[in-house]
Amino acid sequence: MLPSRPAGGGKAARVGSSAGIYALKLERSVGVLVRSSGAVSMLLFAVLALFLPVLFIYRFYVVVKTGRRHQPGRKGYVSVLVVAGSGGHTTEILRLLDSLPAAYAPRHYVIADTDKMSEEKVCTFESLKLQPDSKLQYTICRIPRSREVHQSWSSSVVSTLNALRYSLPLVFRLRPDMVLCNGPGTCVPLCAAALLLGIMGMKKVLIVYVESICRVHSLSLTGKILYRLSDYFFVQWSSLRDKYPKSVFLGRVV
Amino acid sequence: MKTVFVTVGTTKFDELIETVTCSEAAKALKARGYKRLLLQIGRGSFFPDADSCPELKLEVFRFKDSIAEDMKQADLVISHAGAGSCLEALGAGKPLLVVVNDKLMDNHQLELARQLHTDHHLLYCTCSSLTETLKTMDLSVLQPFPPGQPKTFADFLDKVVGLK
Repeated sequence: MLPSRPAGGGKAARVGSSAGIYALKLERSVGVLVRSSGAVSMLLFAVLALFLPVLFIYRFYVVVKTGRRHQPGRKGYVSVLVVAGSGGHTTEILRLLDSLPAAYAPRHYVIADTDKMSEEKVCTFESLKLQPDSKLQYTICRIPRSREVHQSWSSSVVSTLNALRYSLPLVFRLRPDMVLCNGPGTCVPLCAAALLLGIMGMKKVLIVYVESICRVHSLSLTGKILYRLSDYFFVQWSSLRDKYPKSVFLGRVV
Repeated sequence: MKTVFVTVGTTKFDELIETVTCSEAAKALKARGYKRLLLQIGRGSFFPDADSCPELKLEVFRFKDSIAEDMKQADLVISHAGAGSCLEALGAGKPLLVVVNDKLMDNHQLELARQLHTDHHLLYCTCSSLTETLKTMDLSVLQPFPPGQPKTFADFLDKVVGLK
């Protein structure tokens, strides 16, 4: 007796039903995969949401606490981002720059967009510094002002964030060895960008802050913000050195 | 010609300009031997006429690229409390009378003027006491103001960044 064959379809039907079973299995696997990949991605997200801030805080701590060990001058020159605030701030910072040797180059001046006089002062200063046979060693960039004098708190936060929008790409492009600033609100987003460069492991930027000579007994708002974030914080009156022990006091420097 | 140079920097200080050009103040200056009054009025709205002050030779301007020459030629500087103006006058070695604008709120510039006054580098008054101060002031008590030392900053920085 010959073995009996299934009714109707024959070989094609067997292949068809095998394919159907395979497709069903595949669909079930994909379903499991989709459900489990959803769970995996949620787990991944949760881990990152916890891990990234912790990593950020750890990196922030390392950058701020160990900044002073960094010595960019060992390669023979130090590129500087100079924050030129309006009026007296610019005069003071140019006096400081005047005392620095030529190795502090190139110098990138950042000026607030509403400041008319600082650019002229900078150009005059640099033209006197120019060596006869060397090319220009400075650039001038502009960013929106962080805060006008007497501007309200709430609008200051908005305008500072706006200035940060310009500061980040600028600092990331220039990658200076050092930021030199002395008080105008324009410093804050630029120093924040410099800190971020270090936190992300791209480059350590030294933050050097010199409080204005006008500040005898109290720090400016920018000074209060940057006191713990800067690597070197200079004050020019002994009453401030007593109040802010982390500061560097060399007497009057301007 | 003994000159008094009045400066308000980049600000506007009409009350000072009005007070110093009024007849009583001008007479007090003349009594001390001053013959010329040079006014740098900045953004002020009050622009005195050249002949509005018969006791003294009056000159008025708003801004200059540099007031170093005017500072150098002055025998007395009367200034607002701005740090830049104060430091420039003291740097030029001139006797300095600072007039505080008590109409300004949150005047952080006062901290410096007050400290310099405590250290006997300048005299100090308001617009309402200006004329009286001009009559009674003793400039001989003022101490010279030593210049700042940016070189100490440079030396320190060179060392810490590794250039030295």
